[in-house]
Amino acid sequence: MSTLLEVSGVSVSFDGFKAINNLSFNIGPAELRAIIGPNGAGKTTFMDIVTGKTRPDEGEVLWGEKNQSLLRLSESQIAQTGIGRKFQRPTVFEDQSVEDNLLLALKKNRSPFSVLVFKKAEADTAAIQALAEDIGLSDQLTRKAGELSHGQKQWLEIGMLLAQDPQLLLVDEPAAGMTLAEREHTTTILKDAAKSRAVVVVEHDMEFVRRLECKVTVLHEGAVLAEGSLDHVTKNQDVIDVYLGR
Amino acid sequence: MMERTFLARNPSVLIFIALLALFTLAVTVLSEGLGTGFVSTAMVKTLGMTLCFCLIAIAMDLVWGYCGILSLGHFAFFGLGGYMIGMWLMYARTEDIVIASLAGADLPPTEQEIVDAIGTQIFGVVGSSEFPWVWAFADSLLIQLVLVVAVPGLLALVFGWLAFRSRVTGVYLSILTQAMTLALALYLFQNDSGLRGNNGLSGLQNIPGMADTPQSVLSVWFLWASAVALGLGYMFAAWVVSGKFGSVIRGIRDDEARVRFLGYPVEAYKLFVFTITAVMAGIGGALYYPQAGIINPAEVAPIASIYLAVWVAIGGRGRLYGAVIGAAFVSLLSTWFTGGRVPDVDLGFYTIEWVSWWQVALGVSFVLVTLFAPRGIGGLFDLFINRRTPDRHGADLGPDTGSLREKEAET
Ligand SMILES: Nc1ncnc2c1ncn2[C@@H]1O[C@H](COP(=O)(O)OP(=O)(O)O)[C@@H](O)[C@H]1O
Ligand SMILES: [Mg+2]
Repeated sequence: MSTLLEVSGVSVSFDGFKAINNLSFNIGPAELRAIIGPNGAGKTTFMDIVTGKTRPDEGEVLWGEKNQSLLRLSESQIAQTGIGRKFQRPTVFEDQSVEDNLLLALKKNRSPFSVLVFKKAEADTAAIQALAEDIGLSDQLTRKAGELSHGQKQWLEIGMLLAQDPQLLLVDEPAAGMTLAEREHTTTILKDAAKSRAVVVVEHDMEFVRRLECKVTVLHEGAVLAEGSLDHVTKNQDVIDVYLGR
Repeated sequence: MMERTFLARNPSVLIFIALLALFTLAVTVLSEGLGTGFVSTAMVKTLGMTLCFCLIAIAMDLVWGYCGILSLGHFAFFGLGGYMIGMWLMYARTEDIVIASLAGADLPPTEQEIVDAIGTQIFGVVGSSEFPWVWAFADSLLIQLVLVVAVPGLLALVFGWLAFRSRVTGVYLSILTQAMTLALALYLFQNDSGLRGNNGLSGLQNIPGMADTPQSVLSVWFLWASAVALGLGYMFAAWVVSGKFGSVIRGIRDDEARVRFLGYPVEAYKLFVFTITAVMAGIGGALYYPQAGIINPAEVAPIASIYLAVWVAIGGRGRLYGAVIGAAFVSLLSTWFTGGRVPDVDLGFYTIEWVSWWQVALGVSFVLVTLFAPRGIGGLFDLFINRRTPDRHGADLGPDTGSLREKEAET
């Protein structure tokens, strides 16, 4: 299988504390992958590195067919190459309508001059409608995002990710603060999304991970502890020691 | 859904333009120069200058209220615009005077003699008669007009590029812009800066070639020019903030990192807004100083830019008319209080003299507005309309046309 994203030998430390320790990790195109691990394992930091927010001290992050290094690109350039990210805490533009939030994310030329003369076409309105349908917000389009419930904000953020139409989606704890029904809907959205692109989901909740039915990577102290199906990793003694059997 | 035209989506722009036109007409009709004489020429000039303040306030609102960059340096750009037009005004007028005075001589003066005489006239106060290099194009109105836009624009572009590229934000950026203004003011204060040091440029109210037109008439023309510039500036700003661009810069204001992860080059947007607003400020200055008659380095002092932020905060940032109201209200009030005609308040044990206490009152109101009415004077409009009318969506909920519509009721 070819790889879409290849992280090799990456390390990063904060004030001497090694948050990521010689981490290597591959993900193929159209693959759904869950990353689990205790708090402070470095899951969010891993996403920070891939999206350009944090620069690693060592190692390489390669992207796509041409094995382009992501470490030399800025956050916005990385996003434009096709990596979308959902943050742990839902971050939507609260002061703007759901529609405007989605429009901002919609895949379009991002340069100031083309945005300045941008006019919303019928196709864009239709695309936004369709997205809103997927994330269950079609009757909330004109509301300010700040007025949505916590779960709805999570969905809006996922919708914004889908609107970007990225090749790789990094999703940090999407189910946090959701009801059971909302979690199920979220599972469906993520599984659907993974049909045409790679999706990496960081999650704490085992039930949620089980429902994703995908390969699981266990992270511990900034390195991969185990990898495989959920049943496989949950039988691993190391994993039981550090995570499950706490 | 049909895309409506820009003006239909932004009726507040039409209202603003109409009010501005009405105001300018009324002043014209009441002016000494072209009307009944009820409004003095000095007052017409004050009002015209106030319109220029409103223009720079819109620029400030764009950069601070919408894009979240608290620039405390926009009056530097305003001053630079003034200096650029001031150079031509002073040169061309001195040239007229010199030619007239040499006309009586037996031998017609040579080109060089005229230029030397102009130099002596202009730079005598700083003990020089040589033209510094910055005056290279002072004889050309066209080039100086281009410089009105180009000099503030280029300074903003270079400064902004350096600052935004290194991700300087928040209070550090504000301090940096203050440092820039201070550096510019100190430079202009020097006699060898080439702009007559602390004397500045003067006699700017005399427009070359129009010696026969009285100030009472010129003042009305400048009022109109200022009103046109303000109207165009308002429309431009409204156009910029109403579309997707406005959505992006408000996003930058609220969560810069998030906008970056959506793939927008945040620094480029900031640089664009910073530069374009510097240009607006420069144009405002170029219209202001011919009405003020004099520009000197004190005008560029850091405090001026801080006042600008106070105007916009009091008027209500994040809404264009708020900035206009703030600038007009506070600067006119300030003129009134510092004009020395406001009766002192005798408290028995102490007499409040407004000329000096006005600053304190302004400072206190700024703190009060920031704490208790962050939406400023403009926020009062929300009390009347409760919600911006152009945002109506959906069908009427009730039988009356005035009733809330479907989607409005949700918020
Ligand atoms: N910017 C930072 N500065 C200092 N320490 C950090 C920073 N970001 C993360 N860390 C530390 O790195 C470790 C990994 O954090 P994180 O990646 O957020 O873990 P999680 O797996 O819970 O998402 C934690 O111990 C955290 O305190
Ligand atoms: Mg985390």
